[in-house]
Amino acid sequence: MEQVLQKIFEEYRETGGNVITILQDIQKSFGYIPEYAVTWFSKKLNIPSSRFFGTATFYSEFHLRPRGRHVVSVCRGTACHMKGSEKLLERLLIELDISPHEETTPDMKISVARVNCLGACGIAPVTMLDKTILGNTTFTKLAKEIKKLKTGE
Amino acid sequence: MNREIVIKVCTGTSGIASGGHEVLTAFKSLMATAGVAATIGERCTVHQSGCRGLCKKDVLVDIVLDGEKSTYIQVKPEMAGKIIEEHIIRGNPVVEWLAGSEYHDFHVKQTKVVLALCGEIDPEDIHAYRAVRGYEASQKAVLSMTPEDIIAAVRNSNLRGRGGGGFPTGLKWELCSRYAADRKYVVCNGNESDPGAFMDTSLMEGNPHAVIEGMIICAKAIGAHHGVIYTKSEYSLSVKRLQRAIGQCYEMGYLGKGIFGSNFDFDLRLFQGPGAFVCGEATALMRSIEGKRGMPHPRMWRTAEKGLWDKPTVLNNVETFANVPKIILNGAPWFRNLGTERSGGTKVFSLSGAVKNTGLIEVPMGTSLREIIFEIGGGIEEGRAFKGVHIGGPTGGCIPTALLDTEVDYESLAQAGAMMGSGGMVVLDDSTCIVNTVKYFIDVTQSESCGKCPPCRIGTKRMLEILERISSGTGKSGDLELLEELGHHIRSTSLCGLGMTAPNPVLSTLRYFRNEYEEHLQNRKCPARVCKALITYAIVSDTCTGCGACKRACPADAIRGIKKKPHRINHEKCIKCGTCFDVCKFKAIAKM
Repeated sequence: MEQVLQKIFEEYRETGGNVITILQDIQKSFGYIPEYAVTWFSKKLNIPSSRFFGTATFYSEFHLRPRGRHVVSVCRGTACHMKGSEKLLERLLIELDISPHEETTPDMKISVARVNCLGACGIAPVTMLDKTILGNTTFTKLAKEIKKLKTGE
Repeated sequence: MNREIVIKVCTGTSGIASGGHEVLTAFKSLMATAGVAATIGERCTVHQSGCRGLCKKDVLVDIVLDGEKSTYIQVKPEMAGKIIEEHIIRGNPVVEWLAGSEYHDFHVKQTKVVLALCGEIDPEDIHAYRAVRGYEASQKAVLSMTPEDIIAAVRNSNLRGRGGGGFPTGLKWELCSRYAADRKYVVCNGNESDPGAFMDTSLMEGNPHAVIEGMIICAKAIGAHHGVIYTKSEYSLSVKRLQRAIGQCYEMGYLGKGIFGSNFDFDLRLFQGPGAFVCGEATALMRSIEGKRGMPHPRMWRTAEKGLWDKPTVLNNVETFANVPKIILNGAPWFRNLGTERSGGTKVFSLSGAVKNTGLIEVPMGTSLREIIFEIGGGIEEGRAFKGVHIGGPTGGCIPTALLDTEVDYESLAQAGAMMGSGGMVVLDDSTCIVNTVKYFIDVTQSESCGKCPPCRIGTKRMLEILERISSGTGKSGDLELLEELGHHIRSTSLCGLGMTAPNPVLSTLRYFRNEYEEHLQNRKCPARVCKALITYAIVSDTCTGCGACKRACPADAIRGIKKKPHRINHEKCIKCGTCFDVCKFKAIAKM
């Protein structure tokens, strides 16, 4: 971990980054923002760790806990809402046995994320499996794709 | 045979989701097959293009033979072979797959200025953009126009901020040009976080060079040498294409030191915003670029005087910048005449919801909502009735049937209780519940409120609680009046645009759809049968065939019954998810 952080630090110095770019780099390397990484940078740069956490919790991109190996994002944009994304999300959580305040399955295989808009409202409701966008999603279609994700490992 | 053959495959976000890449690969590999290549000569190009507008019919493929264009809809990779063989080689289009009159109608009523090149050129190739007079305007601006000339042209064009505020762009530039400073910034707002809007992302994906060109022209006008494009990191395709476009510009000498061979320097970089709705607000966006929490601050100064890093800054929306090169090329009067007296040009809307043709559209300012929804949008989906149209994102307002002849421009929409916003347009039909929809919008603003000022932070929360109790059948008398009072207070005392507009959905629907609220409140009924607490599901025993599909699908195990005998729902177990309603082929599930 030390080496990775050192590398992020060097990049930060070279390109003149800021708290947000550091957090983005940390997340890119670890998949989430580990507490250790924040205290490391806090000491190194003499910036209170509260500024890192304050920023990290403000933006939806950052996660303070590890996420599942795959992320299924359900678009909760207006068009998708009209086409039943709420129902889709609820059913997905039931099916994957994720309690309402959690977002990851206990086996850490799949995280379910609510996202604001994926920018493909014409084919609502939209979901995204890792980086692949699925349009006109029905639950059956989604369940099939998730099964593929699980067995594809 | 030496015909010119061009195949264009839609690879916007929707296009890719519908299999655009697979279709592109299929065409490429089949065209490369020796026999085909020999027949068609070497002038054939297969390229990817940006968003084509009619996302519902994706993947769209254009086949252009000697300038004559045919469009295929809903193309699958396996269809490529037949299209190539019959259409390209033999010259007989595959009629049954061609786009019909619907596609034609969708386009004929539109006026494409900003979107003109989206879907027509390869967004990842700067030469494709240059071939259609790309970078001519910026070159002209940098080499032969004075800042005053540029500002005068933009002022005369009547271009106003497309992010929704509607502030005259030329005036903004003029104000900023007056301040002397060691550094100035041009910032492009591509934080489009309106759920239900995708025009900026389609523009950044479909024609990133137009945005960059607009920024170069602005830089020259205000004397700035630094620019930042702020977009969401979530928009991965936009990020990729913008990065590529910026790289190409540096190679060509359109960005960097001494651009276009002049002595004018302009550096441009991309900042990937980590996702916050409020960062669409100017001052919040600037704090975010500085690496801080994106919280707005009171505007003691205009950002034109003290903006990013406290330096004079011009911040415009993606679409605003994309309009600028066209104004320089075609002249201000041309642009001004496209729109109404007070707003020049066109506006891009993302049309979604209950219309037949969903997608990206561009119309002149002053077009009526009726034309947009019923002519371009093709009307409401079969068997449904129009209820209203929600314009301006989660902080916009809902316009009812009676006001369908409202013309779209900043003033008339505001008067009708909605707003231009960034241009999201969601059509509601009679299966949409107004209370549920408004609750959804307030839920968005409530969770996206940055928390700095109490009216927005606490006020939206209280509004949400009231809406929740109305939709769950526990509303109290006086709730509607309370909502109105809260709404007016939040509107007049919030710090930034988010709070000031947050009550719009509530206030506009209370004005036009009050009876729906009253129905929920007094009769505990949801007329559209959407609010969960106010409906129950039951099986109609006369129609039920006992097939068991609902029983198998029920996630709560609430349905019981013997095969081929009518089934029953156990209401204590039922979670009202509606799955049985969706899976029943015999319409034997009733919503009451």
